[in-house]
Amino acid sequence: MQRRQSSKTPKQPLQGHHKNQTDLSAWRKGGRIDPEKSIQNHQTPDRQKNDRQQDSLEQALCYFEKVQERVSLKKNSVLQKHLATVESVALQRGLPPEGFEVLLNVALSGKFGDTVNTCLLKSLVPASVIPESSIISSVSWLCVGKCSGNIQLLFLKWLITVFDFIDHKEQIHALYGFFFSFLQDEKMCPYVCHLLYLLTRKENGESGMQSHLQALLSLYKLFCPELVTITLPGKMKTYFKNSEGPWKAAISAIRRRSQGNSPLSQPLFLGTAQPQSRKRKWNTQLFIPASSANRNNLEQDRGKKHVDLYGTNKSFPVEQLQTFPQLLENIHRLELPSQMGSVLTNPLLLHYMNCIKDESVYLRLNYWMGQTLQEECTWCVADNQYEDEFKDFLETVYKTECFLQEGFSSCEEFLYKSLPLWDGFCCRSQILRLVSWIPLGSFSEMKSHLYDPLAQLFFTSSLYFKCSVLESLKELLQNWLNWHVIHLDSASDPQVCSLNTTLSGLVNVVAELIQFVGWISTVALRLENNPTFLLYFILDFYETVCDMYLRYSLPLLIMPPAGVFYPALLSMDSVSLNQLCYIMYRYRTNLVAAKENEQSKKKILQFKFSSQTYQEYNQYIIAMVGCLWTSTAFQKDIHPQGLHMDEELLKKTAMQEFKTSFNIVYHPAMMGYAVLFLQQAWPDDTTFNFSLIKGKKWNWYLEYLYAQGLKGLKLFIESSINRVSQASCSKAENTQA
Amino acid sequence: GENTDPQRIAFLLRKQWTLYSVTPLYRFSNAHLRNYSRLLSAFIAAERQKGWAVEVGVELDIKVAVSSLPDLKGSDQDHAAILVEVRTSQKTSEEKLIWSGWFCSVCGDDFFENMPEDFTCLPLFLTNGAESYTAIVGSWFQKTFDCCFHRLAISPLNLSWMAAMWTGCKVDKTASAMELIFSVPGLLQPLDISYAIHPEDAKALWDTVQKTPGEITQEEVDIFMDCLYSHFHRHFKIRLSAAKLVKVSTAIASAHCDGIIKVSLGPEIGVLAVVWTGRLLCPLAETQA
Repeated sequence: MQRRQSSKTPKQPLQGHHKNQTDLSAWRKGGRIDPEKSIQNHQTPDRQKNDRQQDSLEQALCYFEKVQERVSLKKNSVLQKHLATVESVALQRGLPPEGFEVLLNVALSGKFGDTVNTCLLKSLVPASVIPESSIISSVSWLCVGKCSGNIQLLFLKWLITVFDFIDHKEQIHALYGFFFSFLQDEKMCPYVCHLLYLLTRKENGESGMQSHLQALLSLYKLFCPELVTITLPGKMKTYFKNSEGPWKAAISAIRRRSQGNSPLSQPLFLGTAQPQSRKRKWNTQLFIPASSANRNNLEQDRGKKHVDLYGTNKSFPVEQLQTFPQLLENIHRLELPSQMGSVLTNPLLLHYMNCIKDESVYLRLNYWMGQTLQEECTWCVADNQYEDEFKDFLETVYKTECFLQEGFSSCEEFLYKSLPLWDGFCCRSQILRLVSWIPLGSFSEMKSHLYDPLAQLFFTSSLYFKCSVLESLKELLQNWLNWHVIHLDSASDPQVCSLNTTLSGLVNVVAELIQFVGWISTVALRLENNPTFLLYFILDFYETVCDMYLRYSLPLLIMPPAGVFYPALLSMDSVSLNQLCYIMYRYRTNLVAAKENEQSKKKILQFKFSSQTYQEYNQYIIAMVGCLWTSTAFQKDIHPQGLHMDEELLKKTAMQEFKTSFNIVYHPAMMGYAVLFLQQAWPDDTTFNFSLIKGKKWNWYLEYLYAQGLKGLKLFIESSINRVSQASCSKAENTQA
Repeated sequence: GENTDPQRIAFLLRKQWTLYSVTPLYRFSNAHLRNYSRLLSAFIAAERQKGWAVEVGVELDIKVAVSSLPDLKGSDQDHAAILVEVRTSQKTSEEKLIWSGWFCSVCGDDFFENMPEDFTCLPLFLTNGAESYTAIVGSWFQKTFDCCFHRLAISPLNLSWMAAMWTGCKVDKTASAMELIFSVPGLLQPLDISYAIHPEDAKALWDTVQKTPGEITQEEVDIFMDCLYSHFHRHFKIRLSAAKLVKVSTAIASAHCDGIIKVSLGPEIGVLAVVWTGRLLCPLAETQA
């Protein structure tokens, strides 16, 4: 490789340069590394000073980013000022990740003289991490050779010192060959060796006797003994001089300072944490491992035992997997990551997970996830204050479950263990969303682990919490039903049939969930005094329930309890009434379809709806038609918890025209429409004579209601009210008149 | 664990062990222990040389030995314990043990009946030595066998079990006192109460409580602790039941709620104590795994 013939021109920075140029103020406000955060309460003057520093650092970085032509330091006070800012901020607090690309680009591009470049490089002290992209573009600057040999050397020394601060190293590993070519330079050779030593991995072993070369070779020999045939001294020597750069002391100082202030900066350094807190022991920070293949030599030994089905035993390392076509091409020889937890952040591997049936893959993931969930749970583990991290983790788990369309057993166990201890507040939306992916289980398990703790929280929490619970139980129901539909399609597959859920088992578990929701809904409506908001979520749940037979082929229909039905029927809000009409229409459609199937007996039906379901439906229909249409609800409603009332009693209320008080004109949810209708039909009449709405006007009124978007009402009236002839229609009107 | 060779296990005595729980190891095999030693040595050497943590001038030759301890297990179903030792040999050519850790499974019986073929269950990991080595060795195991580690705390309930268990063991008369340390919650300044009991008195009390030798029940442990508490209350008017038991130490062993244990007496009785303690902690580790 000819290292001085790179195609790079100084005016064209590497791709991705601008993309990575993120907002500096984000670093200031949001950062987990922000040392101000924890001390801001008692150190206001310091904070102001920090803010001032921050602003001038931003200005300085802007300056260095935009500077075009070569400037001399002596004559330029602006440059002097900015340089001083960078230097002082770097030594006091370290530079934010965003700063490195800007400053490295300037220092290595030769825009300034070596004095400035040296000063800039010496200031490159990281506050947290160094973005890999900045290193990549630096190497490319190195290749075009715009800067002096001294600056190149200094850069290499810096790179060795801060190697562990680079956030990712995959792309840097890809530049291995570039670094290798630098070995020819006599001065750079020791440092390049040191760098290669840090970079070398097993596969690099495929490539003179000074001590630095010896060190590199000894590492090669360790990984690939067959490639290094010369004998190396057995004793380890000091191969590399400690890069005597100015950075190490500054880095330590900044680390000490930030550790004192913010515990959050500590997880960056595995194994060097302070011992006083349980949380800061090694390995206790919440982190999802990166996807990397297992570099265990033993895998090769093991591979030999397996029969090579595909004519190649060369596996495809997971790091190289970047695109979907790559996945398709290499799916037969894809090497799974050494730590299965890494699939959570790798969408391509999730695709792969979706199509493999290897149980051990899920087991590995579940072992890791189960332990991580339990250990990081902020309300199960004492003095764990890392709620945001835990929240993000739960969010990731939920997204993965959505992607796989399947709940994790470890997550289910975690919910069962932690729900009884949950305050219903911490990570609320994440926990409730995870509930929706609980797999079908036995009722006794669901009752003691899920329903009981959930009910306790439900009754004692806010209206908003109640609605959130109902929403997540609706999603739980839908997930179960979807699962059922999918497995119905693949019912011929004996493997699927062996799943422990039989149809009757499924029907029972689903019925129990619906009954549970019916019960908590009834109680909640009473507790909260029937708010429309709550009713909306309850009826939304029943929109799924009423369609289970037709939409999900589940032979089960359960009517809502009276405690839900009547509050909806007598609701003050047309939205709820319209929703109820739609639901009753769908119940009817489902029941009719079931009855037809039953009668045709083409299929041997395993399950029949109980006559009780039909009976309940009929009772509700009588009440609804009696209310909305025939104005006979008080006489005809036969539901034990219904509207039936003694005529004498009704007369004592001294209410006039009590009979019609819930029909589609007088119903409190509908009266608004009736008023508007009257205003349009009789613009001059200001008496609001509702009795005018009859006969033809009654039909016009209906059309008006439908046009207002009351589609549920339309479907209900057209399906459930027999209007075959005008006669029956006028009869209905007569009764309401 | 009855046919244990005491010498083989003597290494675990008189040292403080920090406890971790471990999820099952994926594709771990006893047949590859020598290879594991080699790879782990390389890994530690590489980690130590990396980046700015380079310690120049300190010339260490790290040797790692991964070996099996077939004697150390609770029952035949258990996997043999795995010992990891990190040694340095300096110019004096004398090898020095700088870190050791062992994985063990002493839970017995049907805990792992359903463990699939590719997985090895060794749910307890005990370490002694610098935490930086624990971190490196742990990371290597995590990456190589897709397992994860977490610190294992010991609850006050388990500590009281250990107190009862160790009290029941026969020791000679010169044995040191049994000591219980409590921390008082809700104070601005931390306050610890140390409660020392003559070992013979404690044993006499335990003998009156325990109904069947060789068997301990939760009820017996509760009675034993309640007797100790009421004795303390008679003298100092302090109810220890309201404080948190944080440490138990006896002539045989000691345990701290932070998950640190130390077995002092041995070897025979020490080994027994380890196995018992392990049994007590195993379910703990298992529920976390």
